[in-house]
Amino acid sequence: MTTNRRDFLKIAGASALTLMTPAILRPSWAKEKMITPVSSLTAKRWAMAIDAAKCPPDCTDCITACHAVHNVPNFDNPKDEVKWIWTEPFAAAFPGEKHRYLANSLQQLRLPVFCNHCANPPCVRVCPTKATFQRRDGIIMMDYHRCIGCRLCMAACPYGARSMNYRDPRPFIAKINPDFPTRTKGVVEKCNFCEERLAKGMIPACVGACKQKALVFGDVENSRSDIWLLLDKRFNLRRRAHLGTAPQIYYIL
Amino acid sequence: MKNKKWGLIILGLGIFVVGVTFPIWYGTIKSTPAPVLSLDTPVINSMQNKKCVEDTAFMRANHMKMLNDWRDESVREGRRTYTAKDGQTFEKSLTGTCIQCHTNKEQFCDRCHNYVGAKPTCFSCHIVPREVKK
Repeated sequence: MTTNRRDFLKIAGASALTLMTPAILRPSWAKEKMITPVSSLTAKRWAMAIDAAKCPPDCTDCITACHAVHNVPNFDNPKDEVKWIWTEPFAAAFPGEKHRYLANSLQQLRLPVFCNHCANPPCVRVCPTKATFQRRDGIIMMDYHRCIGCRLCMAACPYGARSMNYRDPRPFIAKINPDFPTRTKGVVEKCNFCEERLAKGMIPACVGACKQKALVFGDVENSRSDIWLLLDKRFNLRRRAHLGTAPQIYYIL
Repeated sequence: MKNKKWGLIILGLGIFVVGVTFPIWYGTIKSTPAPVLSLDTPVINSMQNKKCVEDTAFMRANHMKMLNDWRDESVREGRRTYTAKDGQTFEKSLTGTCIQCHTNKEQFCDRCHNYVGAKPTCFSCHIVPREVKK
């Protein structure tokens, strides 16, 4: 039997149409089963506002809480320091905003600083293994399983928010929290916006630990959230926003 | 003279073949008994229906692949709930699910991994709760 051009085109066309079958029929076994526990907190874009004036001097509640929950080691050597959240003087956090006549109260302020969970994150762009990635809800997350310790992200981050484990961190953790993994030698780590707590319906550890309510966490895309209302009312700055990283930590000053 | 040279070559070849195949026949002569994995933990003992996430044969053959899938799905895609073949749901978590029953890592995980020479790095970061107390 010989096929002429007309029959060939008919068969080819009919075959191509069959490709649409899965899209039309949508069999139940082909659907992805996505279960999100109702208890988990979700958002379009997570962000945090910091009302730094509320921070009492020398208060380290947020740092202590975060570092205890996430098994952050305390190496005595400052060169090896691993930090998820720490404080910086105003001039270091906002180098462009400091001048001679700046109010003394601002100059003496120490601001809590951590990963800015940038909307345009340079660390994600440079990571060769995609160990650092951006979630749909804006969290810049680290997959420690994939980190090869190349430290390109540390070079790319303009906030110094990333730390490398130059040594095995386990002996330097005061009390290990078994619910969260430690890291291992040769892995970079940083603040994860408590994504593991959000999944269980809990707010970030630093926010919960702050007695002054200086840290406000929420969905900036939701016009009824606390953070949205706060940013709508009060003047705020973001660290080194001129670099184009679109940081998502807002400092109310 | 010529024959002696061939003898030496054959002798050398013989030693070479024996040396190269040593791991194969040594393994068949000296058989190491398969490890006995202990399921003697308080949680497993108190279970009515002693069943892992999936059936034993499946877990034995596929636990490593399953754990890799769990790792990628929970960390990278945020899909944290696993639905087993029988419809039961579990949290995709090594420390939150597996280790809650298999608290005896030395008698369960390590025995078999040592036997087959597998060196998984899970526990260089993940924590066995009992090991912390030591």
